[in-house]
Amino acid sequence: MPTESLFTPLAKAQSWVTIDYEGHQLKVPQGVSIAAALLASGVRHSRTTPVQGANRAPFCMMGVCFECLVEVDGVPNRQGCMTLVSDGLRVRRQLGARKLAPLCAEGDCDEN
Amino acid sequence: MKTKAVDLLIIGAGPAGMSAAVEARNNGLSVLVLDEQPGPGGQIYRNISNTDAQRSQILGADYSHGRHLAQAFLASDIEYVAQASAWQVTDQKQVHYLHQGQSRVAQGQRLLIATGAYERPMPIPGWTLPGVMTAGAGQILLKSAAVVPAGPVVLAGCGPLLYLLAVQYLQAGISLAALVDTSRHSDVLSGLRHIPKALKGWPDLQKGLSLLATLRKAKVKHYRGATALRIEGSAHAEALSFSSRGDEYRIACNLVMLHQGVVPNTQISWSLRLQHHWQNDQLCWQAERNAWGETSTSGIFIAGDGGSIGGAMAAQAQGRIAALAIACQLGRLDSSSRDKLVKPYRKALHRCMAARPLIDSLYRPRNENRIPEDNVIVCRCEEVTAGTVRSHVRLGCLGPNQIKAFSRCGMGPCQGRQCGLTVTEIIAASGNVSASEVGYYRIRAPLKPITLKQLAQQPNKNLNQELS
Ligand SMILES: Cc1cc2nc3c(=O)[nH]c(=O)nc-3n(C[C@H](O)[C@@H](O)[C@H](O)COP(=O)(O)OP(=O)(O)OC[C@H]3O[C@@H](n4cnc5c(N)ncnc54)[C@H](O)[C@@H]3O)c2cc1C
Ligand code: FES
Repeated sequence: MPTESLFTPLAKAQSWVTIDYEGHQLKVPQGVSIAAALLASGVRHSRTTPVQGANRAPFCMMGVCFECLVEVDGVPNRQGCMTLVSDGLRVRRQLGARKLAPLCAEGDCDEN
Repeated sequence: MKTKAVDLLIIGAGPAGMSAAVEARNNGLSVLVLDEQPGPGGQIYRNISNTDAQRSQILGADYSHGRHLAQAFLASDIEYVAQASAWQVTDQKQVHYLHQGQSRVAQGQRLLIATGAYERPMPIPGWTLPGVMTAGAGQILLKSAAVVPAGPVVLAGCGPLLYLLAVQYLQAGISLAALVDTSRHSDVLSGLRHIPKALKGWPDLQKGLSLLATLRKAKVKHYRGATALRIEGSAHAEALSFSSRGDEYRIACNLVMLHQGVVPNTQISWSLRLQHHWQNDQLCWQAERNAWGETSTSGIFIAGDGGSIGGAMAAQAQGRIAALAIACQLGRLDSSSRDKLVKPYRKALHRCMAARPLIDSLYRPRNENRIPEDNVIVCRCEEVTAGTVRSHVRLGCLGPNQIKAFSRCGMGPCQGRQCGLTVTEIIAASGNVSASEVGYYRIRAPLKPITLKQLAQQPNKNLNQELS
């Protein structure tokens, strides 16, 4: 959970919203992405990998790497860097992924 | 829901897409622009319409320069859908995109792909640890969320963007623990070959030099010719160790930002099976284009860094050039007017591209940071190491698709965006063949995560056929 933050806001935000992250209420600036909000709130990792269960955190912030996957309002595998915060949003860590692969609802939809 | 039909359909509202849209609209075309960001600007001018004075000052003149273009773009009656992610593009010039949780379809008589570049992956030991991100990610946090490092940060790698971020952080009062620069002396020497041609692109070079001068003046610890970079830590980043000029260093830090240049985002162009070529100077794939930006599929154009890396000014010129060609193809402009109107843009493009060979050779990423040792993870999604890829090559896998089938490398949600170039280069180096012979992953829709429900609700179309 939120620890000493690696990031800090440059200036005081003008308006705020509150999101729920893993049961914690986080006050975050309006208009920023979920990934930015979590990083600025001291979240060090926001998902674990499907294979080794390793901790991961947002890496590219532009929709390329999928390291920012989180569960948003019950929907798994949303890209936290591409989704903006809004008041009351419920965000959870994405733990593993295989059964929740984003490209299909169930099973393994990969080719080959 | 009906399919939206326009003369020119553009994916991407960066400098290339916005310029093309403005030019096309000026010539009477109906234009629809889709972009997944919340506002126009692309990577360089991200969040330009919403930024404040403090950030404009930190980000510098090149950033603010984008304001005029974004204003012209927004002021015209170009149709523009923000937060629209293209997840499938067909050779019939149809784009399927997600917007507000729903999938929609747009149809263009002509299609322009202006999806820009992303950062080249830098697979070094420890690059998957929390606390490690790209320099571009650091800059995006600054541009779009006004969020900056709380403590000292280490920047590592090479390329103009790394220096730019260092200077922007200095402007913002952030302390830099170190700039660990992987570019080396011999690169500078080989770069010198290109100087006469490059002088024509002087402004770009001048900017690079002035960034370096600023860093020197601020007494930033700048380690040059760094090799053997390794991020240490178990649960998160704790230190960066490396050698520089014969000495070993270990810098304790919780935040490391990596960067070694940008490469064209070829996801859409590969998914369309357009003709691509390996470009050895820029160490990446480029879709084949003619002088107007038209690809191997007629009516589909590419402009900007999504085609080849040339920077924002080149992207703008290419956007204009493609739009003029399209206006002519659709009968809104005769070819002699087109040829007259295109002249200043060709000249501008030529000027921008003149400095490229020098920049490419100065900042050519090192082999060891592109083709890593066996224990380094190359596929971040499926956690596949370089060693596993090599063992499959030894067992007879000849190309990325076979490697993928056997090892799951490239099969995760990022669809190879983070490992594709690395895997091609590992296979090429192992078998001593060229990257062009090795080829790339077969990229297929959906290019962005989409749920079955969104798919099922999409208007028209045979889904099985689409996803096959
Ligand atoms: C992270 C990053 C930061 C950069 N910062 C700078 C900088 O500060 N200064 C500088 O000189 N150069 C910078 N560059 C280099 C950059 O490539 C510029 O040269 C310039 O932005 C290129 O313009 P473009 O129009 O070709 O593409 P871009 O500006 O990249 O625009 C492409 C647009 O396409 C959109 N897009 C991509 N895929 C999809 C899709 N599937 N669906 C919908 N929309 C999509 C993106 O959201 C983006 O807005 C940066 C590059 C990166 C990757
Ligand atoms: S941080 Fe890379 S996709 Fe979100």
